[in-house]
Amino acid sequence: MTTVPKDDIAVAGAVPVQRELRLRPSLRHVVIAGAIAAALVIPLVTSSFVTFQVTEVIIYGLAILGLNLLTGFNGQFSLGHSAFYGIGAYTTAILMHNYDVAYYWTIPAAGGVCFVVGFLFGLPALRLQNLYLALATFALANATPQILKFHALENWTGGVQGLVVDQPDPPSFLPIDGDQWLYYFTLAVMLVMFAAATSLIHSRSGRAIMAIRDNPIAAAAMGINTSLYKTLTFGVSALYTGVAGALGALAVAFVAPDSFTIFLSISLLVGLVIGGVGSIPGCLFGGLFVLYVPNIANSLSSGLAGAIYGVILLLVIFVMPAGAAGFVRLAAARLSRSQQAPITGAQGGKP
Amino acid sequence: MELLLQQVMAGLANGAIYACMALAVVMIYQAIDHLNFAQGEMAMFSTFIAWQLMAWGLPYWVAFALTVVISFVAGVLIDRVLFRPVQKAPILSQIVAFIALFSILNSSAGEIWDFTIKSFPTPFGHQPLFGGTLIDTHEAGMIGVTLALLGLLYLFFRGTRLGLAMRAAAANPASARLVGIRVGWMTALGWGMAASIGAVAGMLIAPVVFLEPNMMLGVLLYGFAGAVLGGLTSPAGAVVGGFSVGIIENLAGTFVPYVGRELKLTLALVLIVIVLMFRPSGMFGRSVVNRV
Repeated sequence: MTTVPKDDIAVAGAVPVQRELRLRPSLRHVVIAGAIAAALVIPLVTSSFVTFQVTEVIIYGLAILGLNLLTGFNGQFSLGHSAFYGIGAYTTAILMHNYDVAYYWTIPAAGGVCFVVGFLFGLPALRLQNLYLALATFALANATPQILKFHALENWTGGVQGLVVDQPDPPSFLPIDGDQWLYYFTLAVMLVMFAAATSLIHSRSGRAIMAIRDNPIAAAAMGINTSLYKTLTFGVSALYTGVAGALGALAVAFVAPDSFTIFLSISLLVGLVIGGVGSIPGCLFGGLFVLYVPNIANSLSSGLAGAIYGVILLLVIFVMPAGAAGFVRLAAARLSRSQQAPITGAQGGKP
Repeated sequence: MELLLQQVMAGLANGAIYACMALAVVMIYQAIDHLNFAQGEMAMFSTFIAWQLMAWGLPYWVAFALTVVISFVAGVLIDRVLFRPVQKAPILSQIVAFIALFSILNSSAGEIWDFTIKSFPTPFGHQPLFGGTLIDTHEAGMIGVTLALLGLLYLFFRGTRLGLAMRAAAANPASARLVGIRVGWMTALGWGMAASIGAVAGMLIAPVVFLEPNMMLGVLLYGFAGAVLGGLTSPAGAVVGGFSVGIIENLAGTFVPYVGRELKLTLALVLIVIVLMFRPSGMFGRSVVNRV
């Protein structure tokens, strides 16, 4: 497939076509296996508080991956992902609280509900572009806490007070406590979802999704059903963020309308950009940033926490304009170039 | 009928606030081609500067003029110092830089002037206008100033060489540079003007919503909605959009049974999205034609 020219891109969410950092396959597997092994050890060697925090990082990473599928890979901008996160969390909470459904069944249920909602929201979104889409999704983010508080739904949602969720118990044959079990459960869900996202992006559908981002007109001319792919991507994106929300409800063991405001959407957007737009492993780095940096800022000065957070954010953007993933990509390119430089020099600078 | 009129007038009064903000939003959109998420916080910070100047004993109009000038300089500085380095970064990174600016301004204002609510004077007074209770002199003054600003901007952009150069720099930076326009400085000028308009908006809004670091949050949301509803390419559209949002919000809260009062904001936003479905570039916006 030929690459499409990228100079006509004006989409808010579009990023320049970037070559993915490709390690050699064997090395890639080693890195991934090492990361998983390290992740398995974390709860055994750290305190339960750290385990809980890392669980949250994974959950944010998953939510950011959802946003990334939509914004990074499909070029649709969204400020409404707090809504999907909230819907996922509430699906789990309502199913567990009101209907005594087992926690592991609520995860696919939350994903399914969010897929449908996301797909339906993707339909009107087809007509809107850039900032207009941003406003529509922004409306969704603002409406969600209000609807969750709405008095007619109080029997389900618990109104302003929210719902308490029981923390899942570990299976009795495992010698671990609730926090550790939750961590492993979250980790397992994340690994499955990340693997699925990776294979989606590398599939035929994934190429269609990215072609729409790079040049919608050219994509349509090549026979891609852009409307269908855009709405489906909206649904899948909502599914990912909804599953993250469901896991979040289990981790915090509580849901309330004001946890799912526009500020959550903005946090996810920050995580997306810091991690790297259009990078799947970058989402986890974004999750780290979203969880830890506000805490660090707060510990430096409680009064000026917001200012310190802002300054850190600006510095990160100055140093890594394309996020952590872009930074790693650039560093790797520099490194390989400096290794190859003497060779090309000897060949007389052949391009 | 009485009720309808009353609600429309109340909506107009709220709408004037939103229209002011929407105008500032559109101004900076024209200059830099992005929505500035920190716009409301910049306006809030300017208003605090005005408050501080008055606390030091300066009369209202001197403080007003000084604040407009200070804001202009600050706007230019923000562009040159903070946004020039990230000019070539991806758009989303720039949006995150706006969020950072938002956070910095909000938090430092809270630290400098603390979070207690302060009252802010108005030059127009708070007497009822035309003897009725529908609208008071400050609200009327606010509407007047918004319309006057709109008129001045129209004259500036349509009637002066500098205005033309600014429009050219925003519409097509590469070509503008080729005909000798200093595009970088045009952008900085746009920031300065947007900061000044924001300062005026802030000083007009502060007597109504009271001065505190979070005062602009709600206003900015409605201001954005108004700007987008009116069409981001049209300052007049932004003003009409701002007024419409105020009226829609009030009417939805009063006349939609059952859900109206609780879900006022939601209804207003849903209505706006519906309008956008039929007019994807806003009511008065031009749809942008791209070369393939």
